[in-house]
Amino acid sequence: MYKLWQRYRYSVILLTQLVKTDFKLRYQGSVLGYLWSLLRPLAIFAILYIVFVKFLRIGADIPHFPLYLLLGIVLWNYFAEVTSIGISSVVSRGDLIRKLNFPKYVIVVSASFSALINLALNFIVIAIFMSLTGVDISPSAVIMVPLLIIELFIFALGVSFLLSALFVKFRDINYIWEVVMQAAFYVTPILYPLSIIPVKAAKVLLLNPVAQIIQDMRSLLITPQALTIAHLYDNPYIYLLPTGIVLLVALAGAAYFRKQSKYFAEEV
Amino acid sequence: MDDIAIRVDDVSKDFRLPHEKVGSLKSLVVNLFGRQKSFETQHALRNVSFEIKKGEFFGVVGRNGSGKSTLLKILAGIYQPTRGKVTVRGKLVPFIELGVGFNPELTGRENVYLNGALLGFSKKEIDEKYDDIVAFAELDRFMDQKLKNYSSGMQVRLAFSMATLSEADILLVDEVLAVGDADFQRKCYNYFSKLKNNKATVVFISHDMNAIREYCDRAMLINNNMMVDMGATDKIADKYLQLFIEEAPTANKDHAEVADAANQERWGDKRVAISGVSTSVSEKSIEVTIRIKAHSDFAKPVVGFRIRNAAGAEVTGTNTKHENIFLKDLLKEQTLILKWSFVNVLRDGQYIVDVALQYADGITVADWWNGAAKFTIRKNRHIPYTLDPGFELIIQGQ
Repeated sequence: MYKLWQRYRYSVILLTQLVKTDFKLRYQGSVLGYLWSLLRPLAIFAILYIVFVKFLRIGADIPHFPLYLLLGIVLWNYFAEVTSIGISSVVSRGDLIRKLNFPKYVIVVSASFSALINLALNFIVIAIFMSLTGVDISPSAVIMVPLLIIELFIFALGVSFLLSALFVKFRDINYIWEVVMQAAFYVTPILYPLSIIPVKAAKVLLLNPVAQIIQDMRSLLITPQALTIAHLYDNPYIYLLPTGIVLLVALAGAAYFRKQSKYFAEEV
Repeated sequence: MDDIAIRVDDVSKDFRLPHEKVGSLKSLVVNLFGRQKSFETQHALRNVSFEIKKGEFFGVVGRNGSGKSTLLKILAGIYQPTRGKVTVRGKLVPFIELGVGFNPELTGRENVYLNGALLGFSKKEIDEKYDDIVAFAELDRFMDQKLKNYSSGMQVRLAFSMATLSEADILLVDEVLAVGDADFQRKCYNYFSKLKNNKATVVFISHDMNAIREYCDRAMLINNNMMVDMGATDKIADKYLQLFIEEAPTANKDHAEVADAANQERWGDKRVAISGVSTSVSEKSIEVTIRIKAHSDFAKPVVGFRIRNAAGAEVTGTNTKHENIFLKDLLKEQTLILKWSFVNVLRDGQYIVDVALQYADGITVADWWNGAAKFTIRKNRHIPYTLDPGFELIIQGQ
């Protein structure tokens, strides 16, 4: 145990400081500061409520639909934030990389932790709404929600590893990723209930890990009416597909990052 | 083997410099299909091998672009060697630059913790040392201000203060001392003396041969990306200075007629020209003899010279105008010999003589020749300062 600590001591110290610094700098100069982390989801909730419940009347068959939307958006925003900050994280620390030898993965992980803090703050808002609206939480949520968040964390981190290492060499990646994310936003059931699209398509869409996580989370926390893999497929082993994708991306990303990180100082 | 701190085994480093940077997917795709990648391989270091013992103060010298900094970065683990192996025993801290990772938007205090983390110190460890750091940097009143409001001098003080607290087994120092005012440099040198007394292992890159001579136990000279020599600091420092002399235009031998070769280091209308420059050095005095020849009638020429040391610093010099000596008008084809002599107060080293012939105004150049001659002073005394006038010491009460 002591040996393990010795080995990762530097990384842990560095990671803690970088996350702290990120958090300090995040709302620097803004009057309300950290309150924004809470105000943002509140504002989004207000907009969703007005647009979807009052005007469009989509998802009327789903209970607590604005909350359902908010949860989806918060989770999606986390993924988008981690990857978009992650992609340029290595390049933006180029100055440091050229002058100091330190474990480079710390940079990417710290970006991911900063977003996780934000996600936690967003969840506080969601929890408040949940208690106000009196939703039924399934008992398994206590175990499943943390697991799903870990899955999302690993997936976002893996993608960040891959993209940030690629970005050092190919500076087009961030533009491509922007487009990919725009497309993925609509392919993922965030703004619409899965029930409005054909079952066959819904089955495919749910194989996307982010979609799987969002739907599972909604089903656990807000309403069992949120369609999940368990609903659409008879075979529960289908869950292995999205989780397999997560693991594959994470391992491939980490391996590629590890291989490339030796040359960051020269190429960045 | 146990007393070796750093071992460098046949290390080479190549950089690939693409002719057109493969910085976008388009060029990658183009390069993948068909067209060969066009890049140049730059050999930044070739087959360097050496060992540094524990507790040794090791100097690395060489001109700009010779590969010193690449070597330092390889030692620091920032670059991977293309070939060969580097073994480092102990905790190594590089100071390639002071204040790495400083963030202008954070306060001085926050920067101390951030920079400390980069050097591998936990919050608790910094807590213990915080007061010392602040005291050493003399910044008590400013620690809660943002770094962007610091003067550059204050930033350097804080950064250096951070650097001094790191308890590394091996320190890599790259020209950190080039910055800061005289007061700060003195502090740096004091720190160096302390390191030396504490038997820390230090690898020190510098262009300052005085510092190399004073602090280093051994040194290494790198030129054209290869290790040229390694050994006693005096020998290495001399060799380093020699590099610059060899670069200087070859001075003509005594009284040899000057060829009118187009030389960048020589210019002027040559209505009166330098036809020869020679020097003679004794322990007590130095003589510079300048022969000039008028190619047309010339009114009241001003003749002068200056002496540069190998580092390029202008040590001394004068001209007839400064000396209130007024030369008579020259007739065409007339030659003149001027013998300057002065007390030999120069310290050991190589020197270059620049000679100038000017019009009576002392500004318009008739013939200016940089590196017209060179000479060497060898008193076998090691004075680390520019001048060595010879000293007398009277001791009373002993």
